[in-house]
Amino acid sequence: MMKQFPLHFVAMLLVIGLDRAAAADRGLSNIIDQSQAKMVKIYGAGGFRGMEGYQSGFIVSPEGHILTALSYVLDTDRVTITLNDGRRFDAKFLGGDPRLEVAVLKIDAAQLPHFDLEKAVALSAGARVLALSNLFNVAMGDEPASVQNGTVSVVTRLEGRRGVFETPYHGPIYVLDVTTNNPGAAGGALINHRGELAGILGKELRNSLNNTWLNYAVPIDQVRQSVEEIKAGKFTSQAELPPEKMPAHPMDPTLLGIVLIPDVLERTPAYVDQVRPGTAASRAALQPDDLVLLVGNHLTQSCKSLRKEMEMIDRADAVKVTILRGQELLEITLQAGPDDK
Amino acid sequence: MKSRVYLSLVPALVAAASFAQAAQEPPAEVLAAESARIAVMAKAKNAVLAIFDAAGQGGGSGVVITADGYALSNFHVAQPCGNAMKCGMADGRVYDAVVVGLDPTGDVALVKVLGRNDFPHAELADSDQLRVGDPVFAMGNPFLLATDFQPTVTSGMISGTHRYQFPDGTLLEYTDCLQTDASINPGNSGGPLFDSQGRVVGINGRCSFDKRGRVSVDVGYAISINQIKHFLGYLHSGRIVDHATLGARVVGDDQGRVLVSDLLETSDAFRRGLRADDEIISFGGRPISTPNGFKNVLGIFPKGWRVPLTYRRDGKRVDCIVRLAGLHGTEQLIEKTLGRPVQPGPKPGDLPRGRTPPKPRNEPPKAPMPDEVKKVFQEKHGFANYFFNKQEQQRILKLWKPPGGEKTAHGPWTIGSKLASGAATRFRITDADVVLEAPAENSKWTATNNFSESLVPIGSNGLLPALFLWRKLAVEGLDAFTDSQYLGTVPLPQQEGLFDVLVGSFRGVDAWFYFDAHGQMVAMEMYGEEHSDPCEIYFSRYRDAKGHDLPGRMEVHAGDAVFNIFNLDQFDFEKAGK
Repeated sequence: MMKQFPLHFVAMLLVIGLDRAAAADRGLSNIIDQSQAKMVKIYGAGGFRGMEGYQSGFIVSPEGHILTALSYVLDTDRVTITLNDGRRFDAKFLGGDPRLEVAVLKIDAAQLPHFDLEKAVALSAGARVLALSNLFNVAMGDEPASVQNGTVSVVTRLEGRRGVFETPYHGPIYVLDVTTNNPGAAGGALINHRGELAGILGKELRNSLNNTWLNYAVPIDQVRQSVEEIKAGKFTSQAELPPEKMPAHPMDPTLLGIVLIPDVLERTPAYVDQVRPGTAASRAALQPDDLVLLVGNHLTQSCKSLRKEMEMIDRADAVKVTILRGQELLEITLQAGPDDK
Repeated sequence: MKSRVYLSLVPALVAAASFAQAAQEPPAEVLAAESARIAVMAKAKNAVLAIFDAAGQGGGSGVVITADGYALSNFHVAQPCGNAMKCGMADGRVYDAVVVGLDPTGDVALVKVLGRNDFPHAELADSDQLRVGDPVFAMGNPFLLATDFQPTVTSGMISGTHRYQFPDGTLLEYTDCLQTDASINPGNSGGPLFDSQGRVVGINGRCSFDKRGRVSVDVGYAISINQIKHFLGYLHSGRIVDHATLGARVVGDDQGRVLVSDLLETSDAFRRGLRADDEIISFGGRPISTPNGFKNVLGIFPKGWRVPLTYRRDGKRVDCIVRLAGLHGTEQLIEKTLGRPVQPGPKPGDLPRGRTPPKPRNEPPKAPMPDEVKKVFQEKHGFANYFFNKQEQQRILKLWKPPGGEKTAHGPWTIGSKLASGAATRFRITDADVVLEAPAENSKWTATNNFSESLVPIGSNGLLPALFLWRKLAVEGLDAFTDSQYLGTVPLPQQEGLFDVLVGSFRGVDAWFYFDAHGQMVAMEMYGEEHSDPCEIYFSRYRDAKGHDLPGRMEVHAGDAVFNIFNLDQFDFEKAGK
């Protein structure tokens, strides 16, 4: 009897686990159905090798505004849109933001299912996401967009290149652990498992640091203002504007008692050289030779980028850093005291 | 300094994602779901095959689906292996296997793993029930990693269903396939895609690769298991099986309609009334809204099947059942199988997209065929392995209890019947002729060297020669036909399930004999002339008479019309005459 009980219990847990998993799957399928209804297929210029004549987009207003990637595909007088229900429309190009590489199209329709940009959510590393797009133009007519499942690996800044050109956008991106940025996927939607919009899939890019293909999405809060301005017909490119407002009193590693190794290389890794006694760093037991990997959720690939990330934080705020010590990953929080200098 | 950073960053980043959760214990239901998943995968892996050619080089993957070792793989995996292959299983053992049937168009191969009658095998799911977002996992031997034959597992979700993939260069056409973001890499070909319960939903075989080299970009395609189920009977026949064409081309228009752009006047669709500019509403039981959707339906049915078609002309809807013709000519299909035209990967184990053509199948194999394989292999033109065709023929004819009975009733058969009007008729079938005595008019048919010359009675498309062949099969067997084979399993209109079909050719005509699972002949068709409707005979109301099954009813169709219905009430089988 004693022996049987745990066995039953395990079996019961297994059954519950499967049932719940199955129910969750169906829930997810319904969310996917609803989200796919907001996706569009975009056809325009291109069509020869390496230059696909198609891309993805999604509806952002009931009256037919469509958010997509700004690309050569739109570089024609005749851009056609196929809705998820198979209806085809000619689209009008309302405008594009060359820095963010997003564009807004308009079709003549009403009461369309759409994503509300105001309700878009921000994600952090570890968030489970779905990427919806018409990659490889695999769907036509009323065939639904492809769906891929993944996780936000890290929230960092884009350092990408297309061919030999650096991309104009260097703002935050969601780096994904699934190959989302395939031909035709640009302009696709990144949503969470509740069906809430979080980002727009970018164009195919290589990481300018290591030459690997990037899988990423631009957070909606980065593009929202441009989209509203384009819709209102008063868009001005943000190319000259500072990428983000810095706090009035930015943080600096020295304020926390961190002395980094001498910054002698193009990208000197952010190793700790010394920890000054009586500082936030020493209170948190940071040690020389610790490698700082993340500030918050942002990757710090060099002493420079560490300083830059910290500049975005007010010196009154606590700083969460992730460090590598030997083979061990540690997360510590540093809070500068009022007397620290 | 620099290299130290690059090397250490990668694992650090991976670990960083899970770092936050590491401290707390996951909820019980998460652990239970995990245990369930592990249990499903542990069971599923036992049926997975790592396939190598007879010399132990290259290969791909496969999955066993019956205890006696029938297994599925890709055509492009089995083809370069020749007729025999080696299969490694998760038990660490290597088994010999033989090719059974090939579907070069659908990229499917049926093989038989030899040596056991208790192989671990996977259950087949209903892949039409899948929805986008459903979790799936692939198993196989990507990059031929598994030297101990433990399959690699990659997991993901269904990204799309009913996908159509154009044939492109060296790539085969994939119709109505499943799309998944589970990693499918070279070597995964032929391996199973499982649902969360460990049932096979598809056979992995193709990926979108584009410019990033031959590695997964999380866009893989699997042939749906429901398509394979349609072909399974055909594959068991040991034949090289063909896909189908409607004989019509379609185009999509601006309003999401699919219209017939042109069609062959020799096609069955034309005979059923389909014309250019008609709108296809549904096909094979599915609503059609895109040309892809139409091609998807065409791709899932074998040559010779009859499927429902609904079209619209001038606002009027027409329902009919059309017979699908072969996509290839016989020799064209054999050529395709030999790999002469563009074909998939040269290196066994690669996914399609090779640059050089594979070696022809008739090239001498690198290793001699093992004796165990020789016993179950028989070469014949047009067949992947004729041994299995012979086996199926024998299986069906052993079950069949024909009227009269073989060797006992070589003399004339006399069959009395009543029509719906109550009028009496009588058939008399001999080795030389067939006579139908009816109240209105008698018909007589005499066996000549070309049966298609006289398809009497008029309006039946050849009922009398058809009955001649029916008796011939009963008293002389299939070998008495000039050419004969087991075709596979085929549906019949208004009847549930699939039926085994034996085909016999004799003096210019083909006869198809349909048998149910109990060995009763439920129908036969005789094709008198090319590009015209056959004479269809449906037998029913069987009764047992001293070990023989006698049909009580015989319904005769020609095209869309019912020729007549005969209620058979008297049988007289004479012994061989003097």
